Formats: sequence, C-alpha cells, structure tokens
Amino acid sequence: MALLSKKDSKLVLDPLADNNPITIQVLGICSALAITAELKAAVVMALSVLFVLSMGNVAISLLRNIIPSKIRIIVQLVVVAALVIIVDQVLKAFAYELSKTLSVFVGLIITNCIIMGRFEAFALGNGPKKAFLDGIGNALGYGIILVIVGFFRELLGSGTLFGFKVLGDPVTKTGLYSIGYENNGFMIIPPAALIVLGIIIWVQRSKNRALIEEA
Amino acid sequence: MALNTEKNSYTVIFAALMVVVVGSLLAFVASGLKPKIHENERFEKQQNILYAMGVNDNEGEGDVTFVPTSSVEADFSKYIVKQMVLDGSTAVEKENAYLIDVSKEIAKAKNGEKAELPLLIGEKDGKTFYIIPLYGRGLWDAIWGYISLDDHMVVQGVYFDHRGETPGLGANIKQRFFMDDFTGESIMSGNSFEGITVAKGNGDPLNTDKEDNQVDALAGATITGNGVTAMIKDCIKLYKPYLQTIRTK
Repeated sequence: MALLSKKDSKLVLDPLADNNPITIQVLGICSALAITAELKAAVVMALSVLFVLSMGNVAISLLRNIIPSKIRIIVQLVVVAALVIIVDQVLKAFAYELSKTLSVFVGLIITNCIIMGRFEAFALGNGPKKAFLDGIGNALGYGIILVIVGFFRELLGSGTLFGFKVLGDPVTKTGLYSIGYENNGFMIIPPAALIVLGIIIWVQRSKNRALIEEA
Repeated sequence: MALNTEKNSYTVIFAALMVVVVGSLLAFVASGLKPKIHENERFEKQQNILYAMGVNDNEGEGDVTFVPTSSVEADFSKYIVKQMVLDGSTAVEKENAYLIDVSKEIAKAKNGEKAELPLLIGEKDGKTFYIIPLYGRGLWDAIWGYISLDDHMVVQGVYFDHRGETPGLGANIKQRFFMDDFTGESIMSGNSFEGITVAKGNGDPLNTDKEDNQVDALAGATITGNGVTAMIKDCIKLYKPYLQTIRTK
C-alpha cells in the first residue's frame, strides 16, 4: 500500500512544479526578494514557512466549521501570528542562536501571502489531513524556489555557498579569482532576485507550454 | 443542532473567546519561558563583551565562536575585573553595569540628561581593556555592539550585532571579515577623538593602513556601514571625558 493515495500525493507534488506558489501563482515574492542574498537564510526561511503553513493549515481546517465567515480573515491572521510568536518564544528559550537567525523572518512569515492564500483557498474547505499535506506541498514549492534563487545569488554575488568560499578568495586572488574572475555585485541586491525568478519562470513555461496564459 | 455562524451575536462571541484563548495562551507561554529567555540574553551579553576583548573560541578564519554558555559566567568574572558607570570624567563602580539598557542611557545622554553610561574594564595577559558599549541605527532597525580599547586608544576588538539588517548585505557587520578589520585601528587622529569610518573606496581592502581611521565598507550595505560609523563616533563622544583621563600617548 502506498503511503499516500494518488490524490493526496498530488496535494504535495503539484505545488512543487505545475502549481508552484511563487512561479505560477506569483505569491510570496517580497520574501523571495528580501532574504535570498544568501543560501542559509533562504533555507531557514523555507523551514519556518514549512512549519507555520502546515500547522496553521491544520488549525484552520479543524476550526473551519465554527469560524464565522465575516471575520475569517482576522481569525486566520490571529492563528498565524500566534503560531509564529509561540515558535519564536520557544526557540528563544531553548535554541537561542537559531532564534536570532530567525527573528528577521518572523514579520515576513506573518505577512507572507502564501500562508493566507492557502488558509483561505484550501484549509477552510478541507479536512485536517489534506490541509496538512497541502501546507507541506506549498511550503516545499515555495522553499525550492527560494533555495534556487539563493544558490545563484550567493554563488554569483559573493562567490560563496552557505558562507564557504567555493570559488576561491576574492581578496587574496586565489581559485577562479586568480584568472580575473570578479563577483557580480548586482546579484546581491534585491532586483537580481526578480531577474533570477524571471529566468526560472521562463524556463519552466518553455518546458511546459500548458502553463502559458493566453494574452 | 447546527451552529449558525452567520449570526452577529455568534461572531461577537467567537471573536471575544478567540481573544481570551489566544491571549492567555501567549501570556502563559511568554511568562513560563521568561526566566530561561532572560538567562540566555544575559549569557549572550557576556559572550559579546568577552568577544570584543578577544576572549573567544574562534578557530580558523571565518567563524565567530563565542566561549560556550556553560563556562561564560566563570570567564566573565575572571576577565572582567571592574564594572563601572561614568560620572563626568570619572567612573564609579557599579555591580552588573553590563546589564544596563544602553539604548535608553545613550538617548538620555544625547539629550543632555543625566545618564548611566556603563564601562567595563577587562584584563587579559596583563593587558587592560576598556570596553565601551555601542548603540545606533542601521538601515532597518537598531545596531549595537562593543568596542574594546587599550590606553593608547587603539581598538583591541569589536563585536557588532543587529536586529534586522538585510541578510547577505548589512547583516554582514557581524562577520569576521568586517569586524576583524577594526582591530589595531586607532580611534585618534592627532589629538582628536575621530572614531573609525566605514569607508567606500578607500583603496585599502586588506586594511593594511591602521592609522587612517578607516575600514573597508561592505558592498551593498552603505546605510548600515554609515550607521556603524555614526554609532562609533557618537558613543566615543559620550565617553570622551573619561577616555581623555586614561589615555597615554
């Protein structure tokens, strides 16, 4: 017996490519710009969103029959804000170092439109198991793009990956730098993320023409 | 009986209950974890102060490694020999001066009000370190840190931190390749307390010139860099009356 039924695995796999929250739905762009100058930040952000989105989706899904529809957006905001604050406090108490890296993202997670989007579009109409899988899938789809963008920006902009100097040392001119290679300073400023993102969208749509909308 | 979730009374009751439940949950979590969080913050301050005077577990070139939290309290009382607050051009001892909220005191001092500016004196290998807390503004939010000086007003080490600078850009002020450049720089230019400028295009990326009051700036982080410059300048100015009395040429 497969671990997940076909329908359920579709919930996880679809957002990774053909229904990716960033490249297809174009949500969550602001955090994709803000924190992809280095790979480590992108990975941390992806993991935080994974946690908050899957847990939040389950919470909203459990409450879906009792939430008054008039104030559902406020309820969603309260759920995500409370989750994020609890995570932040627990980390501060038991994993202080990690919490300092994460504190930058706390605000970004609350305002991430992917989270509100999934609560509104999916969790309010589906059971907790499906909502959980949908949360995992969308967070992974978001994370993959973040990591790809972070990889290129850190590699081309700073010549490092996770802080390791993979291309040699630009100051003492070793490795690639000894033959005249220079870091591209443009890659570490936010507009570069849009360009990398644009290229990803272009590649993805030229591979799968069905994704191209009629003009 | 099915709930009528459309009724106004239901909406109001739901909202009120939600506020009470979430509010007490958060309050419960926050107060339960408070002692642990405060302890972590105290350890972090001690680690940062010790880092600025060169007491750390750095290995290799790139990493910032503090003394471990398990031993930081013992190290702190071993290396920090005096904790004081400034009183005009003199300083008086005060217990746990390092816990003073520097952001408030510096703001007071800048307004000309009476403030408690902490100053720590460390000793390592027979050398005396004067450690000054720093506090200023970066691009997005607060930046702070510690700078340690010897009696010639030469920087012995710095530690910077920030609340919300951009990862990969301004956030790099807490990386070794930026902080290490400050060590050995003099904050004096002749007889004036110049501070140290984070300078773009000073043509000295390896920072070999230690007398120019300049370190090389971070690409893409001009405003954070200017914030560091201003922070050092402002804080040195507040401590100048005292520093003048201990300075030897």
